[in-house]
Amino acid sequence: MASNTPLPKIPGTTPFDGEQARKGYALNKMCFSFNSAENRAEFKNDEEAYMRKYGLTEPQAAAIRAKNVLQLLDAGGNAYYLAKFAGIFGLDMQDIGAQQTGMTKEEFKAKLVAAGK
Amino acid sequence: MAKIIGGLGTSHIPAIGGAIHKGLQQDPYWKPFFDGFPPIHEWLKAQKPDVMVIFYNDHGLNFFLDKMPTFAVGAAPQYVNSDEGWGIPSLEPLKGEVDLSWQIINHLVDKEFDITTCQELLVDHACSLPLKLFFPEGNYPVTVVPVCINTVQFPLPKAHRVYALGRAVGEAVAAWNSSKKVAFIASGGLSHQLEGTRAGFINKDFDLKFMESLLTNPEWATQFSIHELVEKTGTQGVELLAWLAMRAALTVGEGAGVRKVHSNYHIPISNTATGLLALEKVA
Repeated sequence: MASNTPLPKIPGTTPFDGEQARKGYALNKMCFSFNSAENRAEFKNDEEAYMRKYGLTEPQAAAIRAKNVLQLLDAGGNAYYLAKFAGIFGLDMQDIGAQQTGMTKEEFKAKLVAAGK
Repeated sequence: MAKIIGGLGTSHIPAIGGAIHKGLQQDPYWKPFFDGFPPIHEWLKAQKPDVMVIFYNDHGLNFFLDKMPTFAVGAAPQYVNSDEGWGIPSLEPLKGEVDLSWQIINHLVDKEFDITTCQELLVDHACSLPLKLFFPEGNYPVTVVPVCINTVQFPLPKAHRVYALGRAVGEAVAAWNSSKKVAFIASGGLSHQLEGTRAGFINKDFDLKFMESLLTNPEWATQFSIHELVEKTGTQGVELLAWLAMRAALTVGEGAGVRKVHSNYHIPISNTATGLLALEKVA
């Protein structure tokens, strides 16, 4: 198959490819910076200034303000870097999973348990 | 020559680090996961490996999207774990086995794998947690060589390419002029997906088939494209590539066979189906 042939869509899934990596660069770079406690504190102190420093696009900044994971993904965010943003607010992977799937956290956890049956 | 003793595969969910820190190994949520390890601890105490070659993926601690190698080999005297941003405690540094690093690097390039070499490399939970799980007392009795496989930014290396890489790493170890005993670690998987409306996707049937294939038909998973693996195992389930590399490394040298020492499979830890496998190389 030629490399420019589109692959069949996997429902609910956007592989983080070159297109996403280009679109999300500023957002992901900001999130990568959250490996440092000093940077996390700087962000918390003035989120808007910190986002300007990293040159986030308006959709990226709006998604950060809303703490909305699907919006962040749509703006080019990568799950591994976004996890560092989520960590600032003490959100774990079940909080994030629940938010993205429109479930309560308990419902999402029950879905995971059910997958093991 | 160095002796290859076997391979270990384990999941590396960051929350495991928090559970170890809080001493939750016997907590009902965590017990089915941690209970998989004692038989492997016994095996390690009997086998006494000197060096562990770790196939893993970085999650945005050392590598950012500015420079993203497909395959990277550590060649540092020490690998430091560091703040990953979400609050899990950093674990102790890992001691490097620099001679073996260069043995592997030289052999891989000779075999036309155009790798990145790293004389400084931060290692994230994907390297630090397996060591802590396999040697819970700390003060690790092994040195390491980390081999990083990109599973962050697509295009990812194909499964059959990763298998070939693993085999070439095994060749390099088998030809290493050393009396040391070497084991391989695969860190990652099994099925899980963190992002999108498909978050929480787990595929128990596929995982169990995959684990079985590592015993009976190690190249089985190389038939799948990355796209198919994402579909079957989730966007992060593709971390099973590390398991393929580990298994391929065991096909080198005297005796291509393996014996299962122990395995465990448990759903869920965090959003992940966890796999654990120890294989001993047999003649």
